[in-house]
Amino acid sequence: MDFLLQLVVSGVVTGGIYALIAIGFVVVYKATGVINFATGELMMIGAFFAWTAMTALHAPFVVALAVAAIGAAAVGALVERVVLRPLMGQRAISVIMVTIGLSSIFKGIAQIVWSGEYRSFPQIFPRRPILLGPVLLPSRHAYPFLIALAAIALLALLFRFTRTGVAMRATADDQATAFGMGIDVRRMFSFSWILAATTAALAGIVIGTIGGISPQLGAVGLRIFPVVILGGLDSIGGALVGGVVMGILENLAGGYLDPLLPGGGVKDVVPFAALVLILMVRPYGLFGTRDIERL
Amino acid sequence: MTTPETPPLLAVNNLEVVYHHTVQVLKGLSLSVPEGRIVALLGSNGAGKTTTLKAISGLLPLEDGAVEAGAVLYRGEDLSRLLPHQIARRGVFQVREGRHVFEELDVDENLRCATYARRGRGGVAEDVEKVYAYFPRLAQRRGSLAGHLSGGEQQMLAIGRALVARPDLMLLDEPSLGLSPLLVEEIFGIVRRINVEQGTTILLVEQNAAMALEVASYGYILESGKIVLDGPVERLKQDRDVQEFYLGRRGGQRKSYRDVKHYKRRKRWLS
Ligand SMILES: Nc1ncnc2c1ncn2[C@@H]1O[C@H](COP(=O)(O)OP(=O)(O)OP(=O)(O)O)[C@@H](O)[C@H]1O
Ligand SMILES: [Mg+2]
Repeated sequence: MDFLLQLVVSGVVTGGIYALIAIGFVVVYKATGVINFATGELMMIGAFFAWTAMTALHAPFVVALAVAAIGAAAVGALVERVVLRPLMGQRAISVIMVTIGLSSIFKGIAQIVWSGEYRSFPQIFPRRPILLGPVLLPSRHAYPFLIALAAIALLALLFRFTRTGVAMRATADDQATAFGMGIDVRRMFSFSWILAATTAALAGIVIGTIGGISPQLGAVGLRIFPVVILGGLDSIGGALVGGVVMGILENLAGGYLDPLLPGGGVKDVVPFAALVLILMVRPYGLFGTRDIERL
Repeated sequence: MTTPETPPLLAVNNLEVVYHHTVQVLKGLSLSVPEGRIVALLGSNGAGKTTTLKAISGLLPLEDGAVEAGAVLYRGEDLSRLLPHQIARRGVFQVREGRHVFEELDVDENLRCATYARRGRGGVAEDVEKVYAYFPRLAQRRGSLAGHLSGGEQQMLAIGRALVARPDLMLLDEPSLGLSPLLVEEIFGIVRRINVEQGTTILLVEQNAAMALEVASYGYILESGKIVLDGPVERLKQDRDVQEFYLGRRGGQRKSYRDVKHYKRRKRWLS
C-alpha cells in the first residue's frame, strides 16, 4: 500500500512539471493556433541560461531564475516576431515544419555554446527529504514540484485577473472580434510566446535540477504531447489534469510493470500507448473542443 | 441633410471589395453618415451589407477580402490602410452580425475587453455600470460565461461592449437577428437612446426594414453590391417598391429585388 502511495505521489510530482510545460504549449496553441514542436528546446535553452548564471556568474538560484526568465522571454519574443509573424496565415503544416526546424537550430546553438556534455546544477535545495505521512519525498523532487505549482498558480492568476490576461483569452476565443475591440492581436501573439518560453524555461530548470542538463534535454518536451492530447490541445485546465494523470500513469507502470520485463522501459511507452487509446475514444482529448483540428 | 460646409463623419466612396482575389462583392458603393444621426443600410441576404461594415472596420483582410478601389474616409482620414484595432481606437466600433461575444469569458470580462478601444483610461467602472443600467438583465448575469447567455442577452452584451468602447461611430450589424419581436422592440429602443443620450452616430444594417426605418433618419438600399435607392426615411417609407419588398405591404410576401425586373429599370436619383 505504501509502495502504491509512493508511486502515486511521485507521479503527481512529475505530473505537476509536465503540466507546467504543457500549459506553455497550450497558451501558444490557443492564441495563435501554432503547434510548437520547439517547446522542449525552449526548456533546454532556458535551463542553460540559469545554469550559466549559477556556474559562470555564481548567481544565487533566485537570481538565476530571473535571468533565465528574462532571457527566455527575449527568445520567445524574437521567435514570434522574426520567424512566426511573417508566416501568419500560412498552412498549419508549414508552420509546424518551421517549429521543428527551430528545435534543431536551438539544439545546434546549445551544442556550440555549451557543448554536448552533461551538466548538473549545483546543490540548490536543502537535502532533507520531506515526509508526507507515510510518503517520503526526496527534496530534489519536492522543491521543483512546488516551483512548478507556484508558476501554474501565477499563470492562472494572470489569465484570470489582469487586463492583458483577459485580452489574451479574448484573442484565443475569437481573434477577429478581439481585433475589433481595439486589442492589438499581434501583441497578444507576442505575449503568448513570451509566456510559453518563460514557462518552458522554468520547467527546464526544474527538470535540470533533478537530472542535469544537456542539449538533448528537449527530448523530454516530446512527453508533453500525450499530456496535451489527453487534456485537449486548447484547454489549460486539461493540461493540468493531463499532466498529473500522465505522471501517475507513468510511475505506476514503472513501479509495477518494469520489474516484470527484462528490458524495462514500460514507463516510457505507457504515455504514448495511452495517447493512442485516448485518440481512438475521444479524438479531441478529454477537455478539448470538439471541432479542433488534428494533425 | 449634409450641408457642403460640414463633411460627414463617415464617407464611403465608390468602394469595390473582392474576396479571395476573385469574388467581387461591392461594386462601387457610396454612402455617407453625418455626425449624430442614425443611418440605415438595408438589403436582402448576400447584398453586401456586412461586407461594407467589414471594409470600414478593417476586418476584411482577416477573411481574405480586400478593398480594390474606392475609399473609406472617417473624419477625412482614409481607414483602408489601418489595422482593425487602430480603427477601433479612432472611435469606429463594429457590433458584429451574430453577436460574437467571447463565450469563454464572463459578462464583466467581455465588457472590459472593449476598454482597449477607449482613448484614456478613466471612467471604465462608470461605463460598465451604465451598460447594466441600459440592460438590467445583464447585471444579474455579470458573473456568467457569455456562452451561457440567451441570444437576446448576448446581443445586449455585444451592444454593451460598444457602450464601453465609447465610439463616435457605431456600426451595428443586424441587432434584431433571431430575437423575439418584444426583444427587438427593446433593443431598438436602446439603440435610439444610445444615439440621443450618448451622442453616438450609428450606421445600422438591418433585414428588419420596418424597425430600421423607425429609428433611422436616412436610409440606403443595397442590392448586389450597389446602392440602388437612398433617401430620408420618410421618402423611403412612401416608396412603392420599398413598401412591397421591404415593408411587406401589398401581398405580404417579401421577395428579393433581384426577382423584379421593373425595379432594375427604375432610374436611381443618386449616383
Ligand atoms: N469571407 C468571404 N469569402 C467569400 N465570399 C464572401 C465572404 N463573406 C461574404 N462573402 C460573399 O459576399 C456576398 C455578400 O456577403 P455579406 O455577408 O456582405 O452579405 P449581407 O448583405 O451581410 O447578407 P446577410 O443579410 O445575409 O447578412 C455574399 O455573396 C457572400 O457569399
Ligand atoms: Mg450580413
